[in-house]
Amino acid sequence: MSYEIWDAHTHLSGVAGNTPEERLEKLLRYADRLGISRLCVFMGMRWSYDPSPAELRQQNDEVLRAVKRFPDRAFGFVYLNPRHTQASLDELNRCVRDGPMVGVKLWVAVRCHEAVLDPIVRRATELLAPVLQHTWLKITGNLPGESTPMDLAALAARHPQATFIAAHSGGDWEVGLRAIRPCPNVWAELCGGDPVAGVTEMAVRELGAGRVLYGSDAGGRSLASQLAKVLGARIDEPAKRRILAGNLKAILRPILESKGIRI
Amino acid sequence: MTRPVSPLRVGRRGFLQAAAGASAAVAAGPDPGQLPGNRQEWVDVNVYLSRWPMRRYPNDQPAALVACLREHGVVQAWAGTFEGLLHKDLAGANARLAEECRQHGPGLLVPIGSVNPLLPDWPEDLRRCVEVHRMPGIRLHPNYHGYGLDHPEFARLLGLAAERGLVVQLVVIMEDERMMHPLMRVPPVDVAPLAAMVKRFADLRLVLVNAMRTVREAALAALVRAGQVYVEIAMLEGVGGLERLAAALPAERILFGSFSPMFYFEAAAGKLQESELPAHQRRAIAAENAKALLAGP
Repeated sequence: MSYEIWDAHTHLSGVAGNTPEERLEKLLRYADRLGISRLCVFMGMRWSYDPSPAELRQQNDEVLRAVKRFPDRAFGFVYLNPRHTQASLDELNRCVRDGPMVGVKLWVAVRCHEAVLDPIVRRATELLAPVLQHTWLKITGNLPGESTPMDLAALAARHPQATFIAAHSGGDWEVGLRAIRPCPNVWAELCGGDPVAGVTEMAVRELGAGRVLYGSDAGGRSLASQLAKVLGARIDEPAKRRILAGNLKAILRPILESKGIRI
Repeated sequence: MTRPVSPLRVGRRGFLQAAAGASAAVAAGPDPGQLPGNRQEWVDVNVYLSRWPMRRYPNDQPAALVACLREHGVVQAWAGTFEGLLHKDLAGANARLAEECRQHGPGLLVPIGSVNPLLPDWPEDLRRCVEVHRMPGIRLHPNYHGYGLDHPEFARLLGLAAERGLVVQLVVIMEDERMMHPLMRVPPVDVAPLAAMVKRFADLRLVLVNAMRTVREAALAALVRAGQVYVEIAMLEGVGGLERLAAALPAERILFGSFSPMFYFEAAAGKLQESELPAHQRRAIAAENAKALLAGP
Protein backbone atom coordinates (compact mmCIF):
# COMPACT_ATOMS: atom_id res chain seq x y z
CA MET A 1 0.00 0.00 0.00
CA SER A 2 1.23 3.50 -0.76
CA TYR A 3 0.30 6.40 1.44
CA GLU A 4 0.74 10.09 1.27
CA ILE A 5 1.48 11.33 4.78
CA TRP A 6 1.10 14.78 6.27
CA ASP A 7 2.03 15.23 9.92
CA ALA A 8 -0.28 17.65 11.71
CA HIS A 9 1.89 18.21 14.79
CA THR A 10 5.65 18.71 15.00
CA HIS A 11 8.01 20.99 16.90
CA LEU A 12 11.51 22.41 16.72
CA SER A 13 12.26 21.12 20.20
CA GLY A 14 13.73 17.70 20.87
CA VAL A 15 15.66 17.82 17.61
CA ALA A 16 19.39 18.40 17.23
CA GLY A 17 20.52 21.67 15.68
CA ASN A 18 21.59 25.15 16.70
CA THR A 19 19.18 27.06 14.51
CA PRO A 20 15.54 26.62 13.54
CA GLU A 21 16.63 25.82 10.00
CA GLU A 22 19.03 23.12 11.16
CA ARG A 23 16.41 21.56 13.35
CA LEU A 24 13.75 21.44 10.69
CA GLU A 25 16.26 20.03 8.25
CA LYS A 26 17.08 17.28 10.72
CA LEU A 27 13.40 16.60 11.37
CA LEU A 28 12.75 16.35 7.66
CA ARG A 29 15.56 13.86 7.30
CA TYR A 30 13.74 11.56 9.73
CA ALA A 31 10.44 12.27 8.00
CA ASP A 32 12.00 11.26 4.70
CA ARG A 33 12.99 7.90 6.14
CA LEU A 34 9.34 7.25 6.88
CA GLY A 35 7.87 8.79 3.75
CA ILE A 36 6.26 11.76 5.50
CA SER A 37 6.02 14.53 2.96
CA ARG A 38 4.60 17.48 4.93
CA LEU A 39 4.99 18.71 8.48
CA CYS A 40 2.95 21.24 10.39
CA VAL A 41 5.41 22.98 12.73
CA PHE A 42 4.76 25.23 15.69
CA MET A 43 6.44 26.70 18.77
CA GLY A 44 10.08 27.65 18.95
CA MET A 45 13.28 26.22 20.27
CA ARG A 46 12.55 27.14 23.91
CA TRP A 47 9.07 26.87 25.35
CA SER A 48 7.29 28.40 28.30
CA TYR A 49 3.85 27.62 29.64
CA ASP A 50 2.73 31.24 29.68
CA PRO A 51 4.77 33.10 27.05
CA SER A 52 4.95 36.87 27.03
CA PRO A 53 4.17 38.77 23.81
CA ALA A 54 7.90 39.05 23.17
CA GLU A 55 8.38 35.33 23.66
CA LEU A 56 5.50 34.57 21.33
CA ARG A 57 7.03 36.75 18.68
CA GLN A 58 10.43 35.15 19.09
CA GLN A 59 9.06 31.61 18.88
CA ASN A 60 6.97 32.44 15.85
CA ASP A 61 9.96 34.10 14.21
CA GLU A 62 11.89 30.87 14.66
CA VAL A 63 9.16 28.89 12.97
CA LEU A 64 8.96 31.45 10.18
CA ARG A 65 12.70 31.08 9.60
CA ALA A 66 12.44 27.31 9.49
CA VAL A 67 9.48 27.09 7.11
CA LYS A 68 10.99 29.75 4.88
CA ARG A 69 13.90 27.35 4.26
CA PHE A 70 11.56 24.46 3.42
CA PRO A 71 8.40 26.07 2.04
CA ASP A 72 7.42 22.99 0.09
CA ARG A 73 7.76 20.64 3.08
CA ALA A 74 6.54 22.51 6.14
CA PHE A 75 3.58 24.63 7.17
CA GLY A 76 3.78 26.94 10.16
CA PHE A 77 1.06 27.41 12.76
CA VAL A 78 1.21 30.61 14.79
CA TYR A 79 1.65 30.10 18.53
CA LEU A 80 -0.59 32.36 20.62
CA ASN A 81 -1.34 33.03 24.27
CA PRO A 82 -4.95 34.12 24.86
CA ARG A 83 -3.89 35.77 28.11
CA HIS A 84 -2.40 38.46 25.84
CA THR A 85 -5.36 38.99 23.57
CA GLN A 86 -4.24 41.96 21.52
CA ALA A 87 -0.70 40.68 21.16
CA SER A 88 -2.10 37.37 19.99
CA LEU A 89 -4.34 39.05 17.45
CA ASP A 90 -1.36 41.03 16.23
CA GLU A 91 0.69 37.86 15.88
CA LEU A 92 -2.17 36.15 14.09
CA ASN A 93 -2.31 38.97 11.57
CA ARG A 94 1.45 39.13 11.21
CA CYS A 95 2.05 35.43 10.73
CA VAL A 96 -1.14 34.23 9.02
CA ARG A 97 -2.79 37.20 7.30
CA ASP A 98 0.50 38.78 6.23
CA GLY A 99 2.76 35.75 6.48
CA PRO A 100 2.93 32.14 5.35
CA MET A 101 1.43 30.47 8.40
CA VAL A 102 -1.76 28.49 7.99
CA GLY A 103 -3.07 27.63 11.45
CA VAL A 104 -3.15 28.56 15.14
CA LYS A 105 -1.52 26.64 17.98
CA LEU A 106 -2.75 27.07 21.54
CA TRP A 107 -1.03 25.27 24.38
CA VAL A 108 -1.38 25.52 28.15
CA ALA A 109 -1.49 29.20 29.07
CA VAL A 110 -5.28 29.43 29.41
CA ARG A 111 -8.00 26.79 29.57
CA CYS A 112 -9.69 27.05 26.24
CA HIS A 113 -13.28 27.25 27.40
CA GLU A 114 -12.59 30.75 28.73
CA ALA A 115 -14.06 33.77 26.96
CA VAL A 116 -10.66 35.31 26.26
CA LEU A 117 -10.29 32.83 23.43
CA ASP A 118 -13.33 34.10 21.55
CA PRO A 119 -11.73 37.00 19.66
CA ILE A 120 -8.82 34.80 18.64
CA VAL A 121 -11.08 32.06 17.35
CA ARG A 122 -13.23 34.59 15.47
CA ARG A 123 -10.19 36.10 13.80
CA ALA A 124 -8.69 32.68 12.97
CA THR A 125 -11.98 31.69 11.37
CA GLU A 126 -12.04 34.86 9.29
CA LEU A 127 -8.56 33.96 8.07
CA LEU A 128 -9.62 30.34 7.34
CA ALA A 129 -7.08 29.09 9.86
CA PRO A 130 -7.78 25.96 11.92
CA VAL A 131 -7.16 26.17 15.65
CA LEU A 132 -5.08 23.36 17.09
CA GLN A 133 -5.60 23.20 20.84
CA HIS A 134 -3.54 21.03 23.20
CA THR A 135 -5.93 18.87 25.22
CA TRP A 136 -5.10 16.48 28.01
CA LEU A 137 -6.93 14.89 30.87
CA LYS A 138 -4.40 13.70 33.44
CA ILE A 139 -5.11 11.56 36.45
CA THR A 140 -1.92 13.11 37.84
CA GLY A 141 -3.47 16.58 37.55
CA ASN A 142 -3.51 19.13 34.75
CA LEU A 143 -1.48 22.31 34.68
CA PRO A 144 -3.53 25.34 35.77
CA GLY A 145 -4.04 26.56 32.21
CA GLU A 146 -4.15 23.15 30.56
CA SER A 147 -7.29 22.43 28.60
CA THR A 148 -9.33 19.28 28.85
CA PRO A 149 -11.15 17.87 25.86
CA MET A 150 -14.36 18.95 27.57
CA ASP A 151 -13.07 22.53 27.58
CA LEU A 152 -12.51 22.30 23.85
CA ALA A 153 -15.98 20.90 23.29
CA ALA A 154 -17.40 23.94 25.08
CA LEU A 155 -15.35 26.33 22.96
CA ALA A 156 -16.29 24.53 19.76
CA ALA A 157 -19.97 24.75 20.61
CA ARG A 158 -19.63 28.54 20.85
CA HIS A 159 -17.93 28.73 17.46
CA PRO A 160 -19.67 26.31 15.10
CA GLN A 161 -18.04 27.89 12.04
CA ALA A 162 -14.52 27.44 13.36
CA THR A 163 -12.34 24.39 12.73
CA PHE A 164 -10.68 22.87 15.78
CA ILE A 165 -8.08 20.16 16.13
CA ALA A 166 -8.03 18.37 19.49
CA ALA A 167 -4.33 17.71 19.87
CA HIS A 168 -3.59 14.39 21.60
CA SER A 169 -7.28 13.47 21.45
CA GLY A 170 -7.46 14.57 25.06
CA GLY A 171 -4.52 12.40 26.14
CA ASP A 172 -6.80 10.02 27.99
CA TRP A 173 -8.31 9.22 24.63
CA GLU A 174 -11.04 6.90 25.78
CA VAL A 175 -12.54 9.88 27.58
CA GLY A 176 -11.33 12.56 25.18
CA LEU A 177 -12.90 11.01 22.12
CA ARG A 178 -16.23 10.83 23.91
CA ALA A 179 -15.92 14.47 24.93
CA ILE A 180 -15.48 15.74 21.39
CA ARG A 181 -17.82 13.24 19.78
CA PRO A 182 -20.81 15.61 19.68
CA CYS A 183 -18.77 18.41 18.06
CA PRO A 184 -18.67 18.11 14.27
CA ASN A 185 -16.17 20.96 13.99
CA VAL A 186 -13.56 19.20 16.13
CA TRP A 187 -11.05 16.75 14.65
CA ALA A 188 -9.22 14.24 16.84
CA GLU A 189 -5.48 14.31 16.37
CA LEU A 190 -3.70 11.16 17.46
CA CYS A 191 -0.28 12.39 18.51
CA GLY A 192 1.64 12.59 21.71
CA GLY A 193 0.58 9.53 23.67
CA ASP A 194 1.98 6.04 23.74
CA PRO A 195 1.10 3.94 20.68
CA VAL A 196 -1.60 2.09 22.56
CA ALA A 197 -3.40 -0.32 20.28
CA GLY A 198 -7.03 0.50 19.71
CA VAL A 199 -6.89 4.30 19.86
CA THR A 200 -7.39 4.77 16.16
CA GLU A 201 -10.00 2.06 15.92
CA MET A 202 -12.01 3.80 18.63
CA ALA A 203 -11.57 7.22 17.03
CA VAL A 204 -12.83 5.94 13.70
CA ARG A 205 -15.68 4.07 15.34
CA GLU A 206 -16.86 7.04 17.38
CA LEU A 207 -16.07 10.01 15.12
CA GLY A 208 -15.80 8.52 11.67
CA ALA A 209 -12.56 8.39 9.68
CA GLY A 210 -13.23 11.88 8.37
CA ARG A 211 -12.60 13.44 11.78
CA VAL A 212 -9.28 11.82 12.66
CA LEU A 213 -5.80 13.18 11.90
CA TYR A 214 -2.32 11.72 12.09
CA GLY A 215 0.21 13.77 14.01
CA SER A 216 3.41 12.84 15.80
CA ASP A 217 4.44 15.49 18.34
CA ALA A 218 8.04 15.01 17.12
CA GLY A 219 10.76 15.73 18.19
CA GLY A 220 9.49 14.77 21.67
CA ARG A 221 7.90 11.69 20.18
CA SER A 222 9.10 9.25 17.60
CA LEU A 223 7.57 9.82 14.19
CA ALA A 224 7.46 6.06 13.78
CA SER A 225 5.72 5.25 17.04
CA GLN A 226 2.95 7.70 16.25
CA LEU A 227 2.63 6.67 12.63
CA ALA A 228 2.08 3.13 13.86
CA LYS A 229 -1.22 4.23 15.36
CA VAL A 230 -2.56 4.49 11.85
CA LEU A 231 -0.53 1.91 9.96
CA GLY A 232 -1.16 -0.71 12.63
CA ALA A 233 -4.84 -0.01 13.13
CA ARG A 234 -7.52 -2.40 12.04
CA ILE A 235 -9.30 0.06 9.82
CA ASP A 236 -9.84 0.00 6.10
CA GLU A 237 -7.44 1.50 3.58
CA PRO A 238 -9.58 4.50 2.62
CA ALA A 239 -9.78 5.41 6.30
CA LYS A 240 -6.00 5.25 6.64
CA ARG A 241 -5.57 7.51 3.65
CA ARG A 242 -7.92 10.07 5.09
CA ILE A 243 -6.23 10.03 8.47
CA LEU A 244 -2.68 10.15 7.12
CA ALA A 245 -3.22 13.09 4.79
CA GLY A 246 -6.65 13.49 3.26
CA ASN A 247 -8.38 15.07 6.22
CA LEU A 248 -5.60 17.54 6.94
CA LYS A 249 -5.44 18.52 3.30
CA ALA A 250 -9.16 19.17 3.35
CA ILE A 251 -8.86 21.30 6.49
CA LEU A 252 -5.98 23.34 5.09
CA ARG A 253 -7.16 23.58 1.51
CA PRO A 254 -9.17 26.81 1.95
CA ILE A 255 -6.36 28.76 3.60
CA LEU A 256 -3.71 27.31 1.30
CA GLU A 257 -5.74 28.25 -1.75
CA SER A 258 -6.28 31.71 -0.32
CA LYS A 259 -2.50 32.02 -0.27
CA GLY A 260 -2.17 30.68 -3.79
CA ILE A 261 -0.81 27.32 -2.72
CA ARG A 262 -2.20 24.42 -4.71
CA ILE A 263 -2.30 20.94 -3.21
CA MET B 1 4.86 25.59 -4.66
CA THR B 2 4.08 22.11 -3.55
CA ARG B 3 6.47 19.26 -4.06
CA PRO B 4 5.64 15.76 -5.19
CA VAL B 5 4.15 13.63 -2.50
CA SER B 6 6.26 11.10 -0.65
CA PRO B 7 4.18 7.98 -0.85
CA LEU B 8 4.79 5.20 1.57
CA ARG B 9 4.18 1.57 0.99
CA VAL B 10 3.40 -0.92 3.71
CA GLY B 11 4.85 -4.23 2.73
CA ARG B 12 3.55 -7.72 3.27
CA ARG B 13 4.91 -7.73 6.76
CA GLY B 14 3.59 -4.31 7.60
CA PHE B 15 6.92 -2.53 7.53
CA LEU B 16 7.38 0.77 5.82
CA GLN B 17 9.19 1.32 2.62
CA ALA B 18 9.50 4.19 0.24
CA ALA B 19 7.42 3.51 -2.81
CA ALA B 20 8.76 3.55 -6.32
CA GLY B 21 8.68 7.05 -7.67
CA ALA B 22 8.82 8.58 -4.24
CA SER B 23 10.25 12.01 -3.76
CA ALA B 24 13.92 12.66 -4.15
CA ALA B 25 14.23 13.19 -0.44
CA VAL B 26 12.75 9.81 0.29
CA ALA B 27 14.77 8.15 -2.42
CA ALA B 28 17.87 9.61 -0.77
CA GLY B 29 17.12 7.57 2.34
CA PRO B 30 18.33 4.06 2.92
CA ASP B 31 17.81 1.38 0.34
CA PRO B 32 14.43 -0.09 1.23
CA GLY B 33 15.94 -3.49 0.58
CA GLN B 34 18.09 -2.92 3.63
CA LEU B 35 15.25 -2.02 5.93
CA PRO B 36 14.58 -4.43 8.74
CA GLY B 37 11.24 -5.68 7.55
CA ASN B 38 12.52 -6.75 4.18
CA ARG B 39 15.24 -9.18 5.12
CA GLN B 40 15.60 -8.98 8.85
CA GLU B 41 13.81 -11.32 11.15
CA TRP B 42 12.64 -10.12 14.52
CA VAL B 43 12.94 -11.48 18.04
CA ASP B 44 10.44 -9.67 20.21
CA VAL B 45 11.34 -9.77 23.91
CA ASN B 46 8.27 -7.88 25.14
CA VAL B 47 4.98 -9.62 24.47
CA TYR B 48 2.09 -10.41 26.80
CA LEU B 49 -0.67 -12.99 26.72
CA SER B 50 -4.03 -12.87 28.56
CA ARG B 51 -5.93 -9.64 29.00
CA TRP B 52 -5.18 -6.20 30.37
CA PRO B 53 -7.78 -5.47 33.06
CA MET B 54 -8.66 -1.97 31.86
CA ARG B 55 -9.35 -2.36 28.16
CA ARG B 56 -9.39 -4.82 25.30
CA TYR B 57 -6.76 -4.75 22.56
CA PRO B 58 -7.26 -5.83 18.97
CA ASN B 59 -4.71 -8.66 19.36
CA ASP B 60 -5.31 -9.71 22.94
CA GLN B 61 -6.30 -13.25 22.03
CA PRO B 62 -3.40 -15.64 21.52
CA ALA B 63 -4.33 -16.68 18.00
CA ALA B 64 -4.66 -13.07 16.85
CA LEU B 65 -1.41 -12.08 18.50
CA VAL B 66 0.46 -14.98 16.95
CA ALA B 67 -0.97 -14.15 13.54
CA CYS B 68 0.15 -10.53 13.93
CA LEU B 69 3.65 -11.50 15.01
CA ARG B 70 4.07 -14.03 12.22
CA GLU B 71 2.77 -11.55 9.66
CA HIS B 72 5.50 -9.13 10.68
CA GLY B 73 8.25 -11.73 10.47
CA VAL B 74 8.77 -12.35 14.18
CA VAL B 75 10.56 -15.65 14.64
CA GLN B 76 10.55 -15.66 18.43
CA ALA B 77 8.50 -13.76 21.00
CA TRP B 78 9.15 -13.80 24.71
CA ALA B 79 5.69 -13.91 26.22
CA GLY B 80 4.76 -12.99 29.75
CA THR B 81 1.25 -12.80 31.05
CA PHE B 82 -0.88 -9.88 32.19
CA GLU B 83 -2.14 -12.28 34.88
CA GLY B 84 1.29 -11.97 36.43
CA LEU B 85 0.54 -8.48 37.63
CA LEU B 86 -2.46 -8.95 39.89
CA HIS B 87 -3.04 -12.68 40.31
CA LYS B 88 -1.92 -14.26 43.57
CA ASP B 89 -2.00 -17.78 42.15
CA LEU B 90 1.02 -17.26 39.95
CA ALA B 91 1.61 -20.98 39.64
CA GLY B 92 -1.76 -21.19 37.90
CA ALA B 93 -1.03 -18.16 35.74
CA ASN B 94 2.32 -19.63 34.68
CA ALA B 95 0.78 -22.99 33.84
CA ARG B 96 -1.83 -21.30 31.65
CA LEU B 97 0.85 -19.21 29.99
CA ALA B 98 2.94 -22.26 29.17
CA GLU B 99 -0.07 -24.10 27.80
CA GLU B 100 -1.19 -21.16 25.64
CA CYS B 101 2.29 -20.77 24.20
CA ARG B 102 2.34 -24.48 23.35
CA GLN B 103 -1.15 -24.43 21.91
CA HIS B 104 -1.06 -21.21 19.89
CA GLY B 105 2.55 -20.41 19.18
CA PRO B 106 4.77 -23.49 19.09
CA GLY B 107 8.18 -22.47 17.92
CA LEU B 108 7.28 -18.80 18.24
CA LEU B 109 6.07 -17.98 21.72
CA VAL B 110 8.60 -18.49 24.51
CA PRO B 111 6.83 -18.48 27.88
CA ILE B 112 8.35 -16.20 30.49
CA GLY B 113 6.89 -16.89 33.92
CA SER B 114 5.99 -14.53 36.72
CA VAL B 115 7.42 -14.72 40.22
CA ASN B 116 6.48 -12.58 43.20
CA PRO B 117 9.14 -12.84 45.88
CA LEU B 118 6.77 -11.58 48.55
CA LEU B 119 4.46 -14.59 48.21
CA PRO B 120 4.95 -17.55 50.51
CA ASP B 121 7.03 -20.37 49.03
CA TRP B 122 7.83 -18.37 45.89
CA PRO B 123 10.94 -20.49 45.14
CA GLU B 124 8.51 -23.27 44.22
CA ASP B 125 7.05 -21.01 41.50
CA LEU B 126 10.56 -20.44 40.24
CA ARG B 127 11.31 -24.18 40.28
CA ARG B 128 8.19 -24.93 38.26
CA CYS B 129 9.06 -22.25 35.73
CA VAL B 130 12.35 -24.00 35.11
CA GLU B 131 11.68 -27.66 35.69
CA VAL B 132 8.03 -28.06 34.72
CA HIS B 133 7.46 -25.42 32.06
CA ARG B 134 11.04 -25.22 30.74
CA MET B 135 10.91 -21.46 30.76
CA PRO B 136 14.22 -19.76 29.96
CA GLY B 137 13.35 -16.64 31.92
CA ILE B 138 11.10 -14.91 34.38
CA ARG B 139 9.38 -11.52 34.25
CA LEU B 140 9.12 -9.41 37.39
CA HIS B 141 6.69 -6.59 38.18
CA PRO B 142 8.00 -5.18 41.47
CA ASN B 143 5.68 -2.17 41.45
CA TYR B 144 2.57 -4.33 41.08
CA HIS B 145 3.85 -6.73 43.73
CA GLY B 146 4.76 -4.04 46.20
CA TYR B 147 8.48 -4.31 46.81
CA GLY B 148 11.47 -2.12 46.20
CA LEU B 149 14.65 -3.32 44.58
CA ASP B 150 16.47 -3.12 47.91
CA HIS B 151 14.23 -5.87 49.36
CA PRO B 152 16.23 -8.89 50.56
CA GLU B 153 13.86 -11.34 48.89
CA PHE B 154 14.42 -9.62 45.57
CA ALA B 155 18.14 -10.12 46.00
CA ARG B 156 17.53 -13.77 46.84
CA LEU B 157 15.40 -14.17 43.75
CA LEU B 158 18.06 -12.66 41.53
CA GLY B 159 20.64 -14.99 43.05
CA LEU B 160 18.52 -18.08 42.44
CA ALA B 161 17.65 -16.97 38.91
CA ALA B 162 21.32 -16.44 38.14
CA GLU B 163 22.18 -19.86 39.54
CA ARG B 164 19.62 -21.48 37.29
CA GLY B 165 20.76 -19.54 34.24
CA LEU B 166 17.46 -17.71 33.82
CA VAL B 167 17.08 -14.43 31.99
CA VAL B 168 15.36 -12.00 34.34
CA GLN B 169 13.06 -9.41 32.80
CA LEU B 170 12.30 -6.51 35.11
CA VAL B 171 9.34 -4.41 33.99
CA VAL B 172 9.65 -0.77 35.02
CA ILE B 173 6.18 0.48 34.10
CA MET B 174 3.13 -0.77 32.23
CA GLU B 175 1.48 2.45 31.10
CA ASP B 176 1.73 6.22 31.08
CA GLU B 177 1.22 7.40 34.65
CA ARG B 178 -1.03 10.19 33.41
CA MET B 179 -3.41 7.72 31.85
CA MET B 180 -3.82 5.16 34.59
CA HIS B 181 -7.15 4.11 35.94
CA PRO B 182 -7.81 6.09 39.13
CA LEU B 183 -8.09 2.88 41.10
CA MET B 184 -4.88 1.43 39.71
CA ARG B 185 -2.21 4.07 39.86
CA VAL B 186 1.12 2.25 39.97
CA PRO B 187 4.34 4.27 40.07
CA PRO B 188 7.33 3.16 38.03
CA VAL B 189 9.93 0.94 39.61
CA ASP B 190 12.76 2.89 41.19
CA VAL B 191 15.85 1.31 39.67
CA ALA B 192 18.32 3.23 41.83
CA PRO B 193 19.30 0.18 43.94
CA LEU B 194 19.70 -2.02 40.91
CA ALA B 195 23.29 -1.32 39.90
CA ALA B 196 24.62 -2.44 43.27
CA MET B 197 22.41 -5.53 43.08
CA VAL B 198 23.61 -6.42 39.61
CA LYS B 199 27.22 -6.21 40.71
CA ARG B 200 26.55 -8.86 43.36
CA PHE B 201 25.52 -11.45 40.78
CA ALA B 202 28.06 -11.68 38.01
CA ASP B 203 26.13 -14.41 36.19
CA LEU B 204 22.84 -12.55 36.24
CA ARG B 205 21.40 -11.65 32.83
CA LEU B 206 18.89 -8.86 33.29
CA VAL B 207 16.59 -7.21 30.76
CA LEU B 208 14.93 -3.90 31.62
CA VAL B 209 11.48 -3.83 30.04
CA ASN B 210 9.48 -0.66 29.44
CA ALA B 211 12.29 1.28 31.04
CA MET B 212 12.77 4.00 28.47
CA ARG B 213 9.93 6.14 29.71
CA THR B 214 11.38 6.80 33.15
CA VAL B 215 14.99 5.66 33.24
CA ARG B 216 17.23 8.22 31.58
CA GLU B 217 20.10 7.31 29.32
CA ALA B 218 22.80 8.17 31.87
CA ALA B 219 21.23 5.89 34.47
CA LEU B 220 20.82 3.17 31.86
CA ALA B 221 24.43 3.47 30.86
CA ALA B 222 25.50 3.07 34.50
CA LEU B 223 23.32 -0.02 34.83
CA VAL B 224 24.68 -1.55 31.68
CA ARG B 225 28.20 -0.99 32.90
CA ALA B 226 27.35 -2.71 36.17
CA GLY B 227 26.76 -6.13 34.65
CA GLN B 228 24.94 -8.12 31.99
CA VAL B 229 22.10 -5.65 31.65
CA TYR B 230 20.01 -5.20 28.52
CA VAL B 231 17.22 -2.82 27.55
CA GLU B 232 14.40 -3.10 25.05
CA ILE B 233 12.87 -0.28 23.03
CA ALA B 234 9.07 -0.48 23.31
CA MET B 235 8.82 2.76 25.29
CA LEU B 236 11.73 4.52 23.64
CA GLU B 237 10.48 7.86 22.30
CA GLY B 238 11.81 10.98 20.64
CA VAL B 239 12.57 11.38 16.99
CA GLY B 240 15.66 9.38 16.08
CA GLY B 241 15.61 7.94 19.59
CA LEU B 242 17.31 4.73 18.65
CA GLU B 243 20.28 6.59 17.21
CA ARG B 244 20.73 8.34 20.53
CA LEU B 245 20.32 5.14 22.50
CA ALA B 246 22.83 3.30 20.35
CA ALA B 247 25.27 6.13 20.94
CA ALA B 248 24.76 5.97 24.70
CA LEU B 249 24.83 2.19 25.17
CA PRO B 250 26.71 -0.69 23.59
CA ALA B 251 24.45 -1.73 20.72
CA GLU B 252 24.69 -5.38 21.73
CA ARG B 253 22.74 -4.52 24.88
CA ILE B 254 19.73 -3.16 22.98
CA LEU B 255 16.87 -5.55 22.24
CA PHE B 256 13.76 -5.30 20.16
CA GLY B 257 10.51 -5.23 22.13
CA SER B 258 7.08 -4.27 20.83
CA PHE B 259 4.95 -4.54 23.99
CA SER B 260 2.30 -6.26 21.90
CA PRO B 261 -0.60 -6.44 22.15
CA MET B 262 -0.76 -3.29 24.29
CA PHE B 263 1.18 -1.26 21.71
CA TYR B 264 0.90 -1.47 17.96
CA PHE B 265 3.72 -3.73 16.76
CA GLU B 266 4.60 -1.23 14.05
CA ALA B 267 5.60 1.37 16.64
CA ALA B 268 8.77 -0.43 17.70
CA ALA B 269 9.51 -1.80 14.26
CA GLY B 270 9.33 1.65 12.72
CA LYS B 271 11.94 3.01 15.13
CA LEU B 272 14.57 0.94 13.39
CA GLN B 273 13.63 2.59 10.15
CA GLU B 274 13.37 6.10 11.57
CA SER B 275 16.86 6.03 13.03
CA GLU B 276 19.86 5.81 10.81
CA LEU B 277 21.78 2.76 11.96
CA PRO B 278 24.41 0.61 10.29
CA ALA B 279 22.90 -2.55 8.86
CA HIS B 280 24.76 -4.82 11.26
CA GLN B 281 23.50 -2.82 14.23
CA ARG B 282 19.95 -2.97 12.93
CA ARG B 283 20.14 -6.73 12.56
CA ALA B 284 21.62 -7.07 16.01
CA ILE B 285 18.90 -5.02 17.66
CA ALA B 286 16.10 -6.64 15.68
CA ALA B 287 17.02 -10.22 16.50
CA GLU B 288 20.62 -11.25 16.98
CA ASN B 289 21.20 -9.74 20.41
CA ALA B 290 18.16 -11.47 21.86
CA LYS B 291 19.08 -14.79 20.30
CA ALA B 292 22.55 -14.58 21.77
CA LEU B 293 21.17 -13.63 25.16
CA LEU B 294 18.79 -16.56 25.25
CA ALA B 295 21.48 -18.94 24.05
CA GLY B 296 23.41 -18.06 27.19
CA PRO B 297 27.08 -17.57 27.86
